[in-house]
Amino acid sequence: MRGQKKSRIGSKLLEVRNLEVEFDTYGGIVKAVRGVDFSVDSGKTLAIVGESGCGKSVTVQSMMGLIPMPPGRITSGSALLRGQEVLGDTIIEGKEIRGAEIGMIFQDPMTSLNPTMTIGNQIAEPLQIHRGYSYRQAFNEAINLLDMSKIPEAAKRAKQYPFEFSGGMLQRAMIAMAISCKPSILVADEPTTALDVTIQAQILDLMRDLQSQTGMAIILITHDLGVVARMADEVAVMYAGKIIEHGTVEDVFYRSAHPYTLGLRAAMPTNDPANQHQLNPIEGSPPDLFSPPPGCGYCARCPWAMSICHKSHPEDYYLNSGHYSRCWLHHNDSKIKPNQLSFSEEVRG
Amino acid sequence: MVNHLEVPILETQNLTRYFDIGKKQVVHAVDGVSISVGEKEIMGLVGESGSGKSTLGKTILGLHNKTSGSVSFRGQALPQKYQSKDFQKWSKKMQMIFQDPYSSLNPRMTVGEIVGEGLRLHSESDAVKVKERVADWLSKVGLQADHMSRYPHEFSGGQRQRIGIARALILEPEFIVCDEPISALDVSVQAQVINLLGELKETMGLTMLFIAHDLSMVRYVSDRMAVMYLGSLMEVGKANEVYFDPKHPYTEVLIGSNPEPDPKVERNRPSTAIQGEIPSPVNVAPGCRFASRCPKVMEVCLQTTPELLPLKDIDRSVACHLYL
Repeated sequence: MRGQKKSRIGSKLLEVRNLEVEFDTYGGIVKAVRGVDFSVDSGKTLAIVGESGCGKSVTVQSMMGLIPMPPGRITSGSALLRGQEVLGDTIIEGKEIRGAEIGMIFQDPMTSLNPTMTIGNQIAEPLQIHRGYSYRQAFNEAINLLDMSKIPEAAKRAKQYPFEFSGGMLQRAMIAMAISCKPSILVADEPTTALDVTIQAQILDLMRDLQSQTGMAIILITHDLGVVARMADEVAVMYAGKIIEHGTVEDVFYRSAHPYTLGLRAAMPTNDPANQHQLNPIEGSPPDLFSPPPGCGYCARCPWAMSICHKSHPEDYYLNSGHYSRCWLHHNDSKIKPNQLSFSEEVRG
Repeated sequence: MVNHLEVPILETQNLTRYFDIGKKQVVHAVDGVSISVGEKEIMGLVGESGSGKSTLGKTILGLHNKTSGSVSFRGQALPQKYQSKDFQKWSKKMQMIFQDPYSSLNPRMTVGEIVGEGLRLHSESDAVKVKERVADWLSKVGLQADHMSRYPHEFSGGQRQRIGIARALILEPEFIVCDEPISALDVSVQAQVINLLGELKETMGLTMLFIAHDLSMVRYVSDRMAVMYLGSLMEVGKANEVYFDPKHPYTEVLIGSNPEPDPKVERNRPSTAIQGEIPSPVNVAPGCRFASRCPKVMEVCLQTTPELLPLKDIDRSVACHLYL
């Protein structure tokens, strides 16, 4: 069961290794990200899943240079974009990667656009900065981009201000801006959380269409497993600042190996008509990251926790070449095997 | 016929709430809604943002004045416009749990003051007894009695929602409106709050109007489900039946856009995204409200507004010309 880590350096578009981020606060140092590794390929979608406070946004923000330093600090790790370091130094060969090589869209389109600039000007801005377009060129390109994002009457809309757009339209405009410089990676931080399901479906379809047109990679941060199932090729599940399970979307959904992943899936309503009125919540709440536990971050909530879980970190147990889980239950000496774990029978009765 | 139709605990007749926004512009937030909720029933209310779900909930409780129509509680008509004595009277029977656990708790009040305020205003003047009841309720919702002296900012989102629940239930109301009680919470915590509400419903015999936009969660929680669009009800029926066998084209679209946590299902799902967005509720045109986005729109839909009428063979009401 215990495989070896595959060495795939150099083959990936983006490779993040052992990223650690902490913040100074009045209450002490918060260790928000505690050693995160992942990689993304062109044309693929990686979903990072986890609850609020697990460090998923901080992970991508540190890559984008969006962590305010101080109080933030990247204490270790590297992020290689086509083999070049992007952490801490966002200038590569004189051109900034943020906005040009990596585009980003945010959760709340209402507050992430400038209310005093027209939509067209905001989309044109990165083109002028990164591509050296003239204002006229950039504005015309902005209209094209709005059109690509399926905003009707793009030429008229480009002259309007954010308050004249609905939430869904603003998110389309954000996407147009993020892809304006043809980035190789689009980072989407909870892009549809603030939107209705009908609009969410439109935005997800749009992201997928644009991905197949441009071949960009997408890093999708979300807590909605339905969105993950719809969009992702690979899934990384984060908890308390660490990735606790990683694999293809099929691995993570159908062969879930970590108790937290199992718990999340059990806490979601299923589409079984016989199943109503009773959910299986994960009791408790995530650990305090001021003083993270010495062992597994999840052990306090884990129904299968053993004494070793409280003492030391589990390593990566590879279940197949791309699917690993960080849980002591995979250790050879463990009496319970994770493939025997089932919420309906053993624990919740 | 089903029992709930005979003894509804809460019933609205043609309930309407318009907002006048000047320049002869009127927002049709709630437009002629007739709904009945039976004893100990959980009625789920779903719809996109802007469909008037929250306004309906608040109008039922008297937090908004009614423009027209009526609401009755156990057959007794509620006042058209609430005065403070009406609130004094009815808030013992009907309460509300709010969506945002961050802004719905006064940051300057301790948890004990927040939860005990209703008691102090309504029945109990003895401070010791208030304290006892508050401690009792805090433990009922899964908090501890010594949390009483703390302030809301010291709690997580899930814990705050529990405080909101304790505040709403301490007067032991019979009917509560839950306005998106879980949409600000994480998945694992959502399930905790849902199960807590379920337990309290069982022990207290509560009746609930459960407003949410998460369809699969509403199916899970509710006995019956009502689908709202632009101020009007589109479909009402048993939650499971509406979810798995939607009749109204809008319900179909809404359920079709809801992603399931199953990659195989999602891979094979055709692109079901409906074009367009919910239109503005200002000065709504005649005809079916959904006509502008409906994939099955007909000539008649643009001219006359379909009424919410029961279907023949099943326990379901639909407002759609396809079924007339």
